[in-house]
Amino acid sequence: MTRRRSGGARDAGAVPYLFLAPAMVLFTLFMAVPIVYTAYLSLRRTKVSGLGLGKNSRTEIFVGLDNYSAAITDGELWAGWLRVLGYGLLVLAVMLGLALLFALLLDSAHVRLARFSRIAVFLPYAVPGVAASLLWGFLYLPSLSPIRQVLDIDLLGTGAVTFSMANVAVWGGVGFNMLVLYTNLRAVPRTYYEAARIDGAGEIQIALRIKIPIMMPAIILTTVFSIIATIQVFTEPTTLRPLTNTISSTWSPLMKVYRDAFVTGDLYSAAATSIVIAAISLVLSFGFLRVVRNRAFGEG
Amino acid sequence: MHRNRLAVAVGAALATLVAGCSGASQEPAPAAQSSAPAGPVKLTYWSWVPNMDKIAAVWNEAHPDIQVTISKQAGGDDAAAKFLTAAKAGNPPDLVQAEYQMLPSFVAADALADIKNDMSQTKAEFSEGIWGLVTLGTDAVYAIPQDSGPMMLYYRQDLFKKYGIEVPKTWDEYAEAARTVRKKDPKVFLGTFSSKDPGAFVGLAQQAGAQWWSISGQSWKVGINDEPTKKVADYWGGLVKEGAIDGQPYFTPEWNKALNDGKLLTWPSAVWGPGVLSGNAPNGKGKWAIAPLPQWNAGESLSGFWGGSSTAIAEKSPNKAAATQFATWLNTDPQALGLLVKEGAVYPASTKGGGLLGEAPDYFSNQPDFWEQAAAISAGARGFTFGPNVNVTYNAFKDAFDKAVHDKSVFSDAVQTMQETTVADMQKSGFQLTQ
Repeated sequence: MTRRRSGGARDAGAVPYLFLAPAMVLFTLFMAVPIVYTAYLSLRRTKVSGLGLGKNSRTEIFVGLDNYSAAITDGELWAGWLRVLGYGLLVLAVMLGLALLFALLLDSAHVRLARFSRIAVFLPYAVPGVAASLLWGFLYLPSLSPIRQVLDIDLLGTGAVTFSMANVAVWGGVGFNMLVLYTNLRAVPRTYYEAARIDGAGEIQIALRIKIPIMMPAIILTTVFSIIATIQVFTEPTTLRPLTNTISSTWSPLMKVYRDAFVTGDLYSAAATSIVIAAISLVLSFGFLRVVRNRAFGEG
Repeated sequence: MHRNRLAVAVGAALATLVAGCSGASQEPAPAAQSSAPAGPVKLTYWSWVPNMDKIAAVWNEAHPDIQVTISKQAGGDDAAAKFLTAAKAGNPPDLVQAEYQMLPSFVAADALADIKNDMSQTKAEFSEGIWGLVTLGTDAVYAIPQDSGPMMLYYRQDLFKKYGIEVPKTWDEYAEAARTVRKKDPKVFLGTFSSKDPGAFVGLAQQAGAQWWSISGQSWKVGINDEPTKKVADYWGGLVKEGAIDGQPYFTPEWNKALNDGKLLTWPSAVWGPGVLSGNAPNGKGKWAIAPLPQWNAGESLSGFWGGSSTAIAEKSPNKAAATQFATWLNTDPQALGLLVKEGAVYPASTKGGGLLGEAPDYFSNQPDFWEQAAAISAGARGFTFGPNVNVTYNAFKDAFDKAVHDKSVFSDAVQTMQETTVADMQKSGFQLTQ
């Protein structure tokens, strides 16, 4: 026993690392290495000589920050950011608003069919994004859509297409966010509400004065996740693109990365653009956290 | 106590590791002893031809030493992107179905093997024009032609009668017919211009005599904005603008429904059209017929190509000889060609393939001479050399024409955008260009 104890003491320095090793190895292989490789690619470019057809007519060269300056000065990328900004504000407001509303309704004292409603709201989240986009896409097409028989709006036209895409994202995203908020609400001791009721508060006042402030950290969490997801919007526009001529191949920044990498075969520009996108997501997410931190967590 | 338990666990884990190592070192590796037997060569083949696995099974039966496995692909631009990515990653399939316009991109990415050895016999199986598509006008041979897609006009025979329209012989007549249809029934269009299908536009431009790329010496010339292309673009642009022709893309559920319901009366398409129509517009069976494309000048009989593909061998394949043997069999052997026609609904590029096409497709039972017509049309089809960045050009087509169709703006401006985008991309990559 004593021998073992002393052995343990001697090796203690290495033990935590041993337990960390699997996570570290996985992180290195699947996160760090690809990121470093992307950064490496973003500094390079292929250079063709002559016709570019024979052997060795292509060489990879180092171009420094050329790809970055091209990415940053590309007007189409910024136009993409603008489109995503409009789309994102719409999605964030409607999706989180509905999620909050549903969570509060499900948690209220007078709710009926709670189990069914919870599953019904959550279910669309289980539908993969591509399937959801196709499903809605068919509903948007003029001659197939039952919506179009009632409503005479071109749902895939220039003005409406952003709303149509936001609708797909909202439909798929409300359930998840609702569940996060709802779970958070269930953890609140019921005695708070009793106390409030004795003080004469109604359901609406309880929701506004007690539930929402208690949920604030969860609301912020879902907002940050939603901001990140919105910046990376790709599935909805890419899936709807073949159905309409109002979505370009560079509608969102991530679509431009996909186009560069896999359609026009320029992995190097794509690498640089993805790093720019990652930087902007970081700034936006942390920026949001910074702004709201004091309000939400600053009581202590 | 906590720490102690950890130490025990770590000790046990280490002991197991050591035991494992020593155990392994005691047993000699079995693979090292036996010399590798000459097992069958295994080839993988990416293709989107229907029932290609059945055709490969026939080959596998007769060639136990070369076994081909088919991996079914989605086709189109995605398949090309997938192959380029796999080639770059170092694990491409041995054989790949490659559309003619993608060959220069594949070659430029060093993804295809030059199989010019032993091709003298194979070359004689194909027409000059088709063979030029796989050599890119160089001494090398980068693929073996499989099918071609000469373009023709598919039209609704019954509804042409109903609306009292003659089959248009020239594009002027086609435009007139388009206006007539709109007057007779505002819910019906004679046709639509698709901003999603650069391949179709290429075929129409080829018919008019366009030459988008050409090689002179060691440099490329890009002429996407040549007169024939601008003429074709503005012709369709005018019709879309005045509302005589629809602007919805092909191959959408919406388009299928329009074809199926008789709301679209024509489709300028390639010889592979019957497969699409029978699948997407089953109600039209026995009601569609083919005619030559309308001509720019009365009396001509010209056409272009939409699609068509070849079988190429990957540069990184370890079994190029076996792969070439299979590709040659598949595209020139009468038995294989027969299977391609019957099982794969392919219009073979091989000159002897035409003789194998007997009965008209089921869908065109109303037109028993379907294949004779197709062969006659095919004789007047002309192509052009494709450049090394077709993918860039095609993507530019989609974005520029999406916008042009939507805004009903001038189509030749979109052609100009394609030219500029293509040239800028080639310049950036360092290709030698002449003006």
